[in-house]
Amino acid sequence: MSFLPYAVAAWLFVIGLYGIVSSRHLVRTILSLTVVQSATYVVLIAVGYVKGGQAPIFADIPAVSKTVDPVVQVLVLTDVVIEATVTALLLALAVQAHKRFGSLDPSELRALRR
Amino acid sequence: MSRRARLMLFGGSAVGLAIVLVLGLRGLPGFGDYHGVYGRVLSGIGVTERHATDVVTALNFDFRGFDTLGEEFILFGSVLGVVLILREMRDEHEQPSQAEAEEHRFAGPSEALAALAIGLVPGMIALGVYIVVHGQLTPGGGFQGGIVLASGPLAIFLAGGYLRLKLSSPHTLIEIADAVGAAGYALVGLGGLVFVGVFFKNFLPFGIPGHLLSAGQMDIASVAVGFEVNGAFLVAWSEFLDQTILVTRGSGS
Repeated sequence: MSFLPYAVAAWLFVIGLYGIVSSRHLVRTILSLTVVQSATYVVLIAVGYVKGGQAPIFADIPAVSKTVDPVVQVLVLTDVVIEATVTALLLALAVQAHKRFGSLDPSELRALRR
Repeated sequence: MSRRARLMLFGGSAVGLAIVLVLGLRGLPGFGDYHGVYGRVLSGIGVTERHATDVVTALNFDFRGFDTLGEEFILFGSVLGVVLILREMRDEHEQPSQAEAEEHRFAGPSEALAALAIGLVPGMIALGVYIVVHGQLTPGGGFQGGIVLASGPLAIFLAGGYLRLKLSSPHTLIEIADAVGAAGYALVGLGGLVFVGVFFKNFLPFGIPGHLLSAGQMDIASVAVGFEVNGAFLVAWSEFLDQTILVTRGSGS
């Protein structure tokens, strides 16, 4: 069972990519990208897990307690911020694409069609 | 490329990707069996050397303070990007005077929703401030608290008044919060450079672990980041809301 969290991450990654490829709506494409990115959270958190470890918050546990790895948790925090900013930028681009082409279907974006 | 061809190409590549992913992930330590030294060392010295009971915050605002500076300016830069992309185009103009009428395009909130949303605002702000200033003690910090704080004005929007939201957090004010927060965090780093000679080295007394004013610079850094995140998200949201509510194309109508 110790492989399961990584399998979940791989599945999220691939299913998110499928969402991007098969999408007929730009907002859905962007949401699929966030699914891809959530795979990275699962990988990071799973890598840092220590069996029987507690959260690395020493407010109410003894200072010598076994804890899970705090470094990956900080990386996930960074990851979440990046995801939020990337999503905001892409949604802004989608708003402008809709203004210009009157559609959010990727295949209707005339500038991309050749 | 036709949709069918695209999906078939994806199907083929996905199988290849899955194989590579499985091979790569098999090389990782087993779940629950991690032996990274860095994290274990930092867990041990978070309280003893930094007097912070939340080691994640200690990492974020002290051990990895410099990285967080980069992270913060990514947020700042991308919000600038949103503002730039959603600027007033040549054939558009914002019509605040008509906005009141425009608001009727939405069904409008029921009185129950409006009352609930308004009732939530003080609690959200109190919770946000609490999370920001207690970052070094319990889970939280500037990033998390800043988002909670930004949700307060969003609740006002839910309660029905976008224009009232504009009054409660005018654009200049949230832009200033964004900028002040970003600059404030950089100043915390510069403080280390000026007072103890190393960028982002703590230059404030550590205090007693578990007290509100402890862990040196972390509290100030957390408040600065709280301002920045709060401002950045409000700027981004209000840009998007402006697009739906205020901006109209062409002349008139």
